[in-house]
Amino acid sequence: MARVVVDVMLKPEILDPQGQAVQRALPRLGFEGIADVRQGKRFELEVEGPVDDAALARIHEMAETFLANTVIEDFTVRVDEAVRAES
Amino acid sequence: MTARVGVITFPGTLDDRDTQRAVRAAGAEAVPLWHRDKDLHQVDAVVLPGGFSYGDYLRAGAISRFSPVMGTVIEQARAGMPVLGICNGFQVLTETHLLPGAMLRNNHLHFICRDQKLRVENAATAWTSDYAQGQEISIPLKNIDGRYVADERTLDMLEAEGRVAFRYVTDGPTADGYGNPNGSLRDIAGITNEAGNVVGLMPHPEHAVEPLIGTGRTDGLGFFTSILKKLVNA
Repeated sequence: MARVVVDVMLKPEILDPQGQAVQRALPRLGFEGIADVRQGKRFELEVEGPVDDAALARIHEMAETFLANTVIEDFTVRVDEAVRAES
Repeated sequence: MTARVGVITFPGTLDDRDTQRAVRAAGAEAVPLWHRDKDLHQVDAVVLPGGFSYGDYLRAGAISRFSPVMGTVIEQARAGMPVLGICNGFQVLTETHLLPGAMLRNNHLHFICRDQKLRVENAATAWTSDYAQGQEISIPLKNIDGRYVADERTLDMLEAEGRVAFRYVTDGPTADGYGNPNGSLRDIAGITNEAGNVVGLMPHPEHAVEPLIGTGRTDGLGFFTSILKKLVNA
């Protein structure tokens, strides 16, 4: 079984109040020097069978139509090589 | 013949019964529709009510968008059938791309519940013809994902084509809760598609159709009488 990771982030121009709330809390907790925080989503997909170009194309399509809303979000798709090497 | 207005129930929908009641209060027949049923049972119009369809998992409205009933709704809406999306229903309509833009977490991150003053910016849609252009109405608002966003080009297009259907009235007294409640761009509370048959808004007209409940006024009834008038005259 191989793992494919889809990371979904709000587009840079979209206000992320959740990220800002986290960033504002950091100095209170003694963590200085963080200028900005943005919060996103990570999907880990355990894929049956080989993760070839066709499988990746399917996952890309899945991310584009469902996992991300491309009106407001960007996404990246990558194979988790560590998990692939184990299997 | 009585007009038949369908009201869809998804798992997690909350306001379907109130919406059916509002439809009946306006004098139409309310037809309950189920999310797994592709068939719209010969309704003349459809309302997507408020709530948390599929628990708002992934994103508000994202999973319902792929339910069997929505396939038919999208098809019929494109063919001209009137569709109203209230709150979660509005979120579903943006996820289907029947309406542009997207809905995000309120800028202050809090759930908000209050009476909200709106200005009717477009009284020519299928759902707003019983209002007057520029009329101010007060109906309940309750959500956490109510911040309307779209890119500048889309916002300019909506403004230029008169497709901003409702705006939050922000010039009233702020102490008692009037003003932009969620950080929506350009104070947008609701929009319409190009043809004017699909309308989405965040506040809840179905909770203000009887003087006894909601705001104590019936400012929301106009949505349901508008559609009835349109269907009867059609």
